[in-house]
Amino acid sequence: MTASRLQHIVSSGIVLFVAVIVTWISFTQQPADAFLFPRLIAIFFIGLAVWNFIRAISGMAKVGEGLDSTSFINIVPGLVVMAVYVFFAAKSLGFYFASTIAFLTVFTIYDSVPLRDIRGWIKRILVTAIFMLVIYGLFAMLLKVQTPRGIWF
Amino acid sequence: MEFLGYFGGVFEPVSFMLLLGGTIGGLILGATPGLSPTMAVALLIPFTFHLQPAQGLILLGAAYTSTVAGGAVSAILLKIPGAPANIATSLDGNAMAKKGEGARALHLSFLASGVGGVIGVLLLIFLTPVLAQWALAFSYSHLFWMAILGVTVIGSLDSKSFVKGLLSGCIGLWLSMIGFDDNLGAQRFIFADALAGGIHIIPALIGLFAIPQVMEMFAKGRANAAIEAIEVPKQSLLASIHELGQSMRSLSIGTIFGSIIGIIPGVGGQIAGLVAYDQARKFSPKKEKFGTGHPEGIIAAESANNAMVGPSLVPLLTLSIPGSPTAAVLLGGLIIHGIFPGSDLFDNHPQVAWTFINSMLIGQILMVIFGIYTAAWAARIARAPVPIMAAAVMVLALFGSYSVQQSMGDVYIMLSLGIGMFFLEKFGFSAAPLVLGLILGPIAESNFTTGSLIAQAQDGPIVYFMTGLLNMFLIFLVVASVAYSFWSNMVHGKSSKPMEARS
Repeated sequence: MTASRLQHIVSSGIVLFVAVIVTWISFTQQPADAFLFPRLIAIFFIGLAVWNFIRAISGMAKVGEGLDSTSFINIVPGLVVMAVYVFFAAKSLGFYFASTIAFLTVFTIYDSVPLRDIRGWIKRILVTAIFMLVIYGLFAMLLKVQTPRGIWF
Repeated sequence: MEFLGYFGGVFEPVSFMLLLGGTIGGLILGATPGLSPTMAVALLIPFTFHLQPAQGLILLGAAYTSTVAGGAVSAILLKIPGAPANIATSLDGNAMAKKGEGARALHLSFLASGVGGVIGVLLLIFLTPVLAQWALAFSYSHLFWMAILGVTVIGSLDSKSFVKGLLSGCIGLWLSMIGFDDNLGAQRFIFADALAGGIHIIPALIGLFAIPQVMEMFAKGRANAAIEAIEVPKQSLLASIHELGQSMRSLSIGTIFGSIIGIIPGVGGQIAGLVAYDQARKFSPKKEKFGTGHPEGIIAAESANNAMVGPSLVPLLTLSIPGSPTAAVLLGGLIIHGIFPGSDLFDNHPQVAWTFINSMLIGQILMVIFGIYTAAWAARIARAPVPIMAAAVMVLALFGSYSVQQSMGDVYIMLSLGIGMFFLEKFGFSAAPLVLGLILGPIAESNFTTGSLIAQAQDGPIVYFMTGLLNMFLIFLVVASVAYSFWSNMVHGKSSKPMEARS
């Protein structure tokens, strides 16, 4: 299976956009000596990005299976939990508290056991508690890593 | 025979416990489908940050060795290769397990892995010092070309599309330049506060290798069909050792092909296992039995994928060119301790280099012992539900990337790179060349800058970087790696068209 032509055009277009930004910055920013190596790399980067984009619009890009709508819909809830956990909850709620909630949430969202099954909930809570105890033992007690405590822990 | 003097370091209590822990943990992680050896090693790197360099490398080396071998457990008992290197093992291994010969298949798999692995590490021991001495003759221009060669070789050989492989390498090189310039202190590509300190290797490695796998697990949704492992009846170990002794042809083919393929940068264990399996079948008088549960298939594949491990570290430890994506992660593990491969490693840190290499030799033996006795147990853990694995890797990635510099910026970078890599991989881009660009970028730049200053005082940069026998040879290798990949893509493109038309 390969991604659709449109998906290839969009992905190679994004890479080309990044290459243009990198090239533009490399050749316009000062001091020029600090951008000597970036300029060298930017030349190859933009050359390859243009080639890749041309291959995509001409339908020659075949490598990569792309992302189908079912997979994308499956990913969205987990991605949202992960983004909220990393970008907001971990620092504001505290690493251990936020991790416990995030672990339990991901486990619950993707667990095939129905939500109304009490035994399923007991298993989820037990696994989460054991895993977080191991993480606490490893990072807080063994490695002595000081993590943000936030408003909880 | 310098290495013999450093065996004591392996048996120091902390080092040996790490070797043991890395071996057992690696076997379990390797047996777990969806957790690749590269990701396992990347997740372990934050722990090594708090250890002595030799101890850290012992842990990473043990995990690397045993994850490759552990992947055979799920390949045999679940018909799910734990790693791409175990694809060939599943062909005969699972068929044997279904016939009630699971224990025999596991015994042969670990014994063959051990033999292949020991020979691979011996090659590492004897080839590395020779190449490291050769690397002493390198000047700044040669080191610059070596770093570029590392990126182009992995970029062109490790990817299905050489354009996208090289583009991945360019993205990695660009990411390595983010932050303040070392010489002039100028800001480069700092688009957000979190990027001011540049991109640290460890959060980047965790993000690039762990987060895409978490998202792959998310993509499967709630469809979590229970995986049934085949029961393993007991089998005499002596009988398996005797059988291995009678299968010298497959064992030799696997070991020779694994060692040769391992030393070629960018080719990796998957190719080693499949090529050795194919060659063993060709040379076998019982060709027709391959694929139906024939022990020689397992022996060839497993001896090859573990024989590949030692030689894949030869170009890494001498010339900074990793032989596989996991070796690229190991390079990151060396650099965070301020140790650079090549003559620096063997002249200034021989205790680190030889203790690490010796630990891999001992690790092969431990891997066989623990592999045989914990295989059935590891298979049970390998059946852990996908949501648990996804949640566990997600939390470990956060703690691991934060613990390096205790910086939330690193955590943000880890997740951003990971999400970006997931989508890039979906369109044929590859993490390995990107990581190589990120790791080798600073080495390439510092040698380019110093070389340019020297060139200004001499005959100019063109003469300094483009002339001389070694420069020309390295440039030839850079061009040849790209040209070979281009040719290979063209041939595959043409040969796949009729297949596509038929389907």
